[in-house]
Amino acid sequence: MSATASDTKKVLMEPLVNNNPITLQVLGICSALAVTSQMSTSLIMAVALTAVTACSSAAISSIRNHIPGSIRIIVQMTIIASLVIIVDQVLKAFAYEISKQLSVFVGLIITNCIVMGRAEAYAMKNPPMASFIDGIGNGAGYSLILIIVAFFRELFGSGKLLGIEILPLTKDGGWYEPNGMMLLPPSAFFLIGFIIWVFRQWKPAQNEQADFKIMDISHGEGGHH
Amino acid sequence: MSNGIKERLDKCEHYQKFDAYKEKVLALGNDSLEKTIAVALSLCFVCAILVSFAAVALRPLQIENKAMDMKKNILEVAGLLEDGTDIHNAFAEQVEEKLVDITTGDYVEDMDAVAYDQRKAAKDPAQNIVLESSDDIASIKRKAKIAKVYLVKKGDAIESIILPMHGYGLWSTMYGFLALEADGQTVKSINFYDQAETPGLGGEVVNPNWRALWLGKKVYNEAGEVQLGLIKGVVDTSKPGSEYDVDGLAGATLTSLGVSNLVKYWMSKEGFSAYLDKVRTKGEG
Amino acid sequence: MNEYVSLFIKAVFVENLALAFFLGMCTFLAVSKKISTAIGLGVAVMVVQVITVPVNNLVYHTLLKEDALAWMGITGVDLSFLVLLSCIGMIAALVQILEMVLDKFFPALFHALGVFLPLITVNCAILGGSLFMIERDYDFTQSVVYGVGSGFGWALAITVMAGVREKLKYSDIPKGLEGLGITFISAGLMSLGFMAFSGIQL
Repeated sequence: MSATASDTKKVLMEPLVNNNPITLQVLGICSALAVTSQMSTSLIMAVALTAVTACSSAAISSIRNHIPGSIRIIVQMTIIASLVIIVDQVLKAFAYEISKQLSVFVGLIITNCIVMGRAEAYAMKNPPMASFIDGIGNGAGYSLILIIVAFFRELFGSGKLLGIEILPLTKDGGWYEPNGMMLLPPSAFFLIGFIIWVFRQWKPAQNEQADFKIMDISHGEGGHH
Repeated sequence: MSNGIKERLDKCEHYQKFDAYKEKVLALGNDSLEKTIAVALSLCFVCAILVSFAAVALRPLQIENKAMDMKKNILEVAGLLEDGTDIHNAFAEQVEEKLVDITTGDYVEDMDAVAYDQRKAAKDPAQNIVLESSDDIASIKRKAKIAKVYLVKKGDAIESIILPMHGYGLWSTMYGFLALEADGQTVKSINFYDQAETPGLGGEVVNPNWRALWLGKKVYNEAGEVQLGLIKGVVDTSKPGSEYDVDGLAGATLTSLGVSNLVKYWMSKEGFSAYLDKVRTKGEG
Repeated sequence: MNEYVSLFIKAVFVENLALAFFLGMCTFLAVSKKISTAIGLGVAVMVVQVITVPVNNLVYHTLLKEDALAWMGITGVDLSFLVLLSCIGMIAALVQILEMVLDKFFPALFHALGVFLPLITVNCAILGGSLFMIERDYDFTQSVVYGVGSGFGWALAITVMAGVREKLKYSDIPKGLEGLGITFISAGLMSLGFMAFSGIQL
């Protein structure tokens, strides 16, 4: 019993930092950049993605032994696409304002590499319950990055968090001149780059090997100059 | 309960055949043709049912949301929206939707104003007019022949006239409403409920402080031409002619130009000027 | 004609799928290490985009839009909620067919593209292109122009990125930023640069 409990914990916790889908696996980047100008849209996107990944992994896992090889990818896509359509319809019915802001990006969850990536890498080889939890874990890792990026972008870009004013803006009579770049998408690139830097200081194992090592001439290593 | 159902199913011959077939197919190798087709078909069937169910069951809610959203926008630009306003009642009691033929300026009485969707009509070749590029200063390419206007009434008298406008900004087509006093000349408010301009720059069209600058501005000059528009920088209220000018949006030249163009377009002969003339001469809508 | 040129330029620069909308980022970051592979993937994406956007346009207008089935005599039916499924299904099918055609008639090209073809099916840029086309309600010719433009824009972006990264290999980058970190920052700078194209009207 304790073996499965600690397994579950591992599956849940791994994707938070050690195997984070965005900063290590390089999956799910597109939406992380586009929707993070406000925390509210990011939270909804994060929840939607976690739900779709978990449910689709579970569904694919439950029929994994019967999927013919020739239609494997299409079967996975059909299940994922159907789930996304349902999420989209639910959003339009219950959270209309937010669905307007998310617009095409909800549909793009279908091609969000995290969903497909986990389906291929985990759900095809593991039982449904474990796949469900793996989906939640990776969704959580994705949500973590989204929330961090959105936090900085909304706070420094518009002085608000979740729509609540924290730093009064000069154009509303306050003192804070908002950092306009934070509202523009490229800032998300910079923020994620810095997050990766921080993660890799914390866990040096994630560092990539350099293709070329710069020769240290002052210590006389090699070279005839 | 389930035992009873199971017993009845066991006795049903068709179910037995289906069950046997299912077992046979599941036992087949994954790559056999029969299994491939069976898996594909059953997957399509299940997904189609789930998706269609969700779409159909939730459709009434979605339509309701859209309508509610539009009513909220109208009440907002008319200055009738406060915390806790019951949108449905407020709208039903104070706002009348009417259809206007843009070319003649007359009301269209033989169509259902509530059900009419102007945005959809603009895309329908039977209901739209394609614009010459020399006339198309707002870059909208086509417009519906009939527009939906909203009259805020106190009893029988018109208090405000709310006119729909749209035009291209920098990144997107901006859709909004201009609220005028009953004289069809003085501005009460403007709002843009659908736009995707640069946040913080062109996106400031939704900033209440900027929108408040429109209050009291005039649309038409003595010659009857549209003079209302945005200028670069801040308006000097002591100068003559400043009643037609609104401050431009800082750092958003093209969005500001887009706003000026769409206001000019929709208030001109191409838009509502014929209708507003008729409203003024008649004295009531 | 002017309208199509303007649409093309907009799709390539102002609304570049990779640098303005951040679509197809996963493969954009993963495959941009060498210029030759980047060009290969870019060309493949462009070809798929040119085929899928117009085809999806046809399917949407003849089958899925509200009352689109009027030509069959069925009215009052709105199947637009199936757009997502139909687009992605069409893309998967077209990529599969393209793969088979290339394998049969252009084997050299097929081997050059190799593993990239199946990767394209899940490229957000392809699905995104079709979804934008539907949202903006393009007609068939506009879809073709948009398909060519958006595909070319994405290919251009990834090739430029690969060029930058090849140069960066020889730079002395802080340890934690090497590889993925500096790539993100470079991509951010590139996308800031592309924003300079906004507002260009032809």
